[in-house]
Amino acid sequence: MAWTRDQMAARAAKELKDGYYVNLGIGIPTLVSNYVPDNVDITLQSENGMLGVGPFPYDNEVDADIINAGKQTVTEVKGTSYFSSADSFAMVRGGHIDLSILGAMEVAENGDLANWMIPGKMVKGMGGAMDLVAGVKRVIVTMEHVSKDGASKLLKECSLPLTGRRVVDMVISELGVFAVDKKGPGGVTLIELADGVTVDEVKAKTQARLTITVGLKVS
Amino acid sequence: MANKVYKDAKAAFDGVLSDGMMLMCGGFGLVGIPDKLIEAVRDAGTKNLTCVSNNAGIDGAGLGLLLETGQIKKMISSYVGENKTFAKLYLEGKLELEFNPQGTLAERVRAGGAGIPAFYTKTGVGTLVAEGKETKIFDGEEYVMERGLFGDVALIKAWKGDASGNLVYRKAARNFNPMMATAAHMCIVEVEELVPVGALDPDHIHTPSIFVNRIFCGAPYDKKIEQRTVRKA
Repeated sequence: MAWTRDQMAARAAKELKDGYYVNLGIGIPTLVSNYVPDNVDITLQSENGMLGVGPFPYDNEVDADIINAGKQTVTEVKGTSYFSSADSFAMVRGGHIDLSILGAMEVAENGDLANWMIPGKMVKGMGGAMDLVAGVKRVIVTMEHVSKDGASKLLKECSLPLTGRRVVDMVISELGVFAVDKKGPGGVTLIELADGVTVDEVKAKTQARLTITVGLKVS
Repeated sequence: MANKVYKDAKAAFDGVLSDGMMLMCGGFGLVGIPDKLIEAVRDAGTKNLTCVSNNAGIDGAGLGLLLETGQIKKMISSYVGENKTFAKLYLEGKLELEFNPQGTLAERVRAGGAGIPAFYTKTGVGTLVAEGKETKIFDGEEYVMERGLFGDVALIKAWKGDASGNLVYRKAARNFNPMMATAAHMCIVEVEELVPVGALDPDHIHTPSIFVNRIFCGAPYDKKIEQRTVRKA
């Protein structure tokens, strides 16, 4: 059995370290906050200008002025701060955020990322994604391994317009965990296999040049 | 002291608006957007506007109002997802659109207001955003040059403001407002609460009065929520 969305989020949460400042994208990345280990304390940043993002509010505590970057209502935690968009992206671009977890349409073996635009379709915009991948210290992508029509999303080269060049450090899909050599020619390395998935299945669904870690962990 | 206080949005726009202007709008989604000022622009019927704003409102709210009336010629934004009118106008070729990465947009406005004509950023290097722009290597890494932005009129929403124009924003409604307030020839602010000079703690002012030309109280406000998301009790 390949991982579910929640299992992917839970696996991504294992990459969190105590004291991290983290920015989470929309979709599976948002679920990561449900799986933060007990002994790990992290602070969530939302690029619309909030540091210290709490859970969704109860119905009677909704405040229209407290939203995350997905425009969802959220709550404060002890120590929350608010700031301008310029200060927010000083945090992002200036390398002050430890980890960004976001979704993708395509990832290439050199760490190129495409997740904002399909030519010929209505483009909604890149929002803060280009700034996040350019500036955050470590970038993890959570995504389905293949597209709806069965094509691999882990590629030799991205076919869609890029969000960033050589920016992805790790990919977590329903099939496993992949390290990406964004600085050199190392390509993609399968470092962990989802329970019930075979290496052959991963190979069949991966177009990128793939190395299999010796003594692969299965979880 | 010159009077900066006006009765309402219409009065605050007196002698200001003309066709073809560039408007600098605060707000993120529907939070911290200058509702009353946008309504007044709609009522004034000003045309061929260029709007610099992170988003383009939604159908029936925010800059969505000016899209419906066809008053906007061009948007400079980072994300316009939630607007059917926008998609329709754009696909029909009736609207120009320039996408900027959100941080680049914030910094372009900040720079424009701070007298900085251009700056270098690593955001967007190697992407469509960098095409046709000057690049330069600093310390072994490639950066792209982006221009500062400075408009004709800034439309700002703050929480509290005093009669001299000192402003305090509320929670995540601050977002783009502080930069937009600095980056136009004329800055007009709507506040939820207008207080006497001296009533705000000088240590807590987010936008100092020097950036503000005109101010009015827009209360009462009916704050809209785009994605009301709650957890179960």
